Amino acid sequence: MGDFLQSLVASIDPYLMQILVNVGIAIVLALGLNVIVGLTGQLSLGHAAFMSIGAFTSAMITIKTGLPFSLNLAATGVVTAVVAALIGFPILRLSGDYLAICTLGFAEIVKVFFLNFEPTNKALGLTVPSARTAIPMPVYVWAVVILAIALVTFVQSSRFGRALKAIREDEIAAEAVGINTTRYKIQAFALGSFMAGVGGALYAHFLSYINPSDFGFLKSVDILSMVVLGGLGSVPGTVIGSSLLASAPEFLRFMSQYRMLVYGALLVFLMVFRPNGLLGGVNFADLLLRAIGRRPAGHGLKQR
Amino acid sequence: MFLQQLINGVALGSVYALIALGYTMVYGIITLINFAHGEIFMVGAFIGLLLVSYFKVNVFVAILGAMIFCMIMGVLIELIAYRALRKSSRLSALISAIGVSIFLSSLSLMVFGADAKGFPDTAFPVRQIHVGSADISTLQLLIIGVSACLMIGLEFIVKKTKIGKAMRATSEDYNTAALMGINVNRVISFTFALGSALAAAGGVLVGVLFNAVSFNMGLMAGLKAFAAAVLGGIGSIPGAMLGGLLLGVSEVFGVAIGYSSYRDAIAFSILVLVLLVKPTGLLGQKITKKV
Repeated sequence: MGDFLQSLVASIDPYLMQILVNVGIAIVLALGLNVIVGLTGQLSLGHAAFMSIGAFTSAMITIKTGLPFSLNLAATGVVTAVVAALIGFPILRLSGDYLAICTLGFAEIVKVFFLNFEPTNKALGLTVPSARTAIPMPVYVWAVVILAIALVTFVQSSRFGRALKAIREDEIAAEAVGINTTRYKIQAFALGSFMAGVGGALYAHFLSYINPSDFGFLKSVDILSMVVLGGLGSVPGTVIGSSLLASAPEFLRFMSQYRMLVYGALLVFLMVFRPNGLLGGVNFADLLLRAIGRRPAGHGLKQR
Repeated sequence: MFLQQLINGVALGSVYALIALGYTMVYGIITLINFAHGEIFMVGAFIGLLLVSYFKVNVFVAILGAMIFCMIMGVLIELIAYRALRKSSRLSALISAIGVSIFLSSLSLMVFGADAKGFPDTAFPVRQIHVGSADISTLQLLIIGVSACLMIGLEFIVKKTKIGKAMRATSEDYNTAALMGINVNRVISFTFALGSALAAAGGVLVGVLFNAVSFNMGLMAGLKAFAAAVLGGIGSIPGAMLGGLLLGVSEVFGVAIGYSSYRDAIAFSILVLVLLVKPTGLLGQKITKKV
């Protein structure tokens, strides 16, 4: 099995493979943030901090214990989720922009912490040994992507997900109908961070080198743009948004030095012309029903 | 020692306050975190640098020139990137602001190059004045003086003029202000112009103080100024001033007692701690939501 997958991966162009893996990791990270921002409506500007906690935790687990990679991923996710719950407990009392700046501040603190943390080589960064698994990393990444998509799709329509949406729409009303808002917000935060931690672990083992400065404010912003661009709260939207933005720098490579310039302008224009994101407010089940003629046209788009 | 660090801190803090004012005014009126604000500060610094090095003007003229340039830029940014998004979700406007910020910093990377540029020595004559045990440089006096003048000017505009009254009305209630015949679009443009001008002045002052202007100076300065605005209570003008000074002073003291490698974390740690005790910042009003 392992050998077959190895040869399969080897047969794909390495450059394309790298883009595919980057896209996969971006999807996992963005789906995690989508739970926090899209489903629960809590603006977080510090998602990269949880990614870095995951990356360093899993790197240290691989170095110190040599646990099999699947267990390593699970352990990393749990550690990140616990940290997120501990952080979330006090700061999720804040609302709106105060929460946003608090997560941003927390992310900076985490970055500076790792920059000064002796066991992870401070600012030099950490070289990560290859993952202890027979399955090649690209396959692993995409397996996790599929799991993540399934998980978020399931969560969205579960009782838990409906409570989160209620909190997003109106926190006071949600509380009035008996939803324990604090508990649900912390759980959503922990779930999103769990996925960020797993994404960070994959990132660390795919790149085999991590540096605290890689997980700065701009990384958080990258992930947030993917979620918002794709459409808040929409799983297909998030997948498309992150695929677009994670591969955009590669597609724009022919413009070499104008790349980031165009990227910035693109963000502005996409938002101005599509304020709810590419697929925000698009109901896929509905579209499908309409396509096969089960429902009259005109019900597909719903206002958010 | 104490006095010395206090003066260093106040000089740094007044620049933070200048930038924070722009954040807080824009937020107060359209509840948008204008992430491009830090880049306006950076552009201001570059314009000041150009004026001083190529047109050989003195620092005050350079500050004025940078302020005027950034005023126009701020108004244009609002027109292009934010106005269409005013009615849609606030996150969309936030992402648009982030797009502007990426655009501006990569534009100046292309135009001015990646290395930091210094002001020529003739830009401002630096002299040390001894006061007790402390050395105050004329540069620090310049920064504190210019910032104080600008803040007093702002206070005058907001409290005593007609457009200032319109600004306060709009920030109190956008829709009602519009119904009362206030041209809300003009008020918002004016707010952006005012905030951008203050940031530009801060940019030139920081450029002269650290003698370095680079394309990425806007990010950290912008984040810290935003932290200062939130610390003081976002939307409150005296709050932004207080928050800026507080962060500047505590950062300088933190570095002085040996936490220099934690420099960037100090401001944010204070912010997080204050918000946990007082969730709407030091001078922010407590808003009770009604159903």
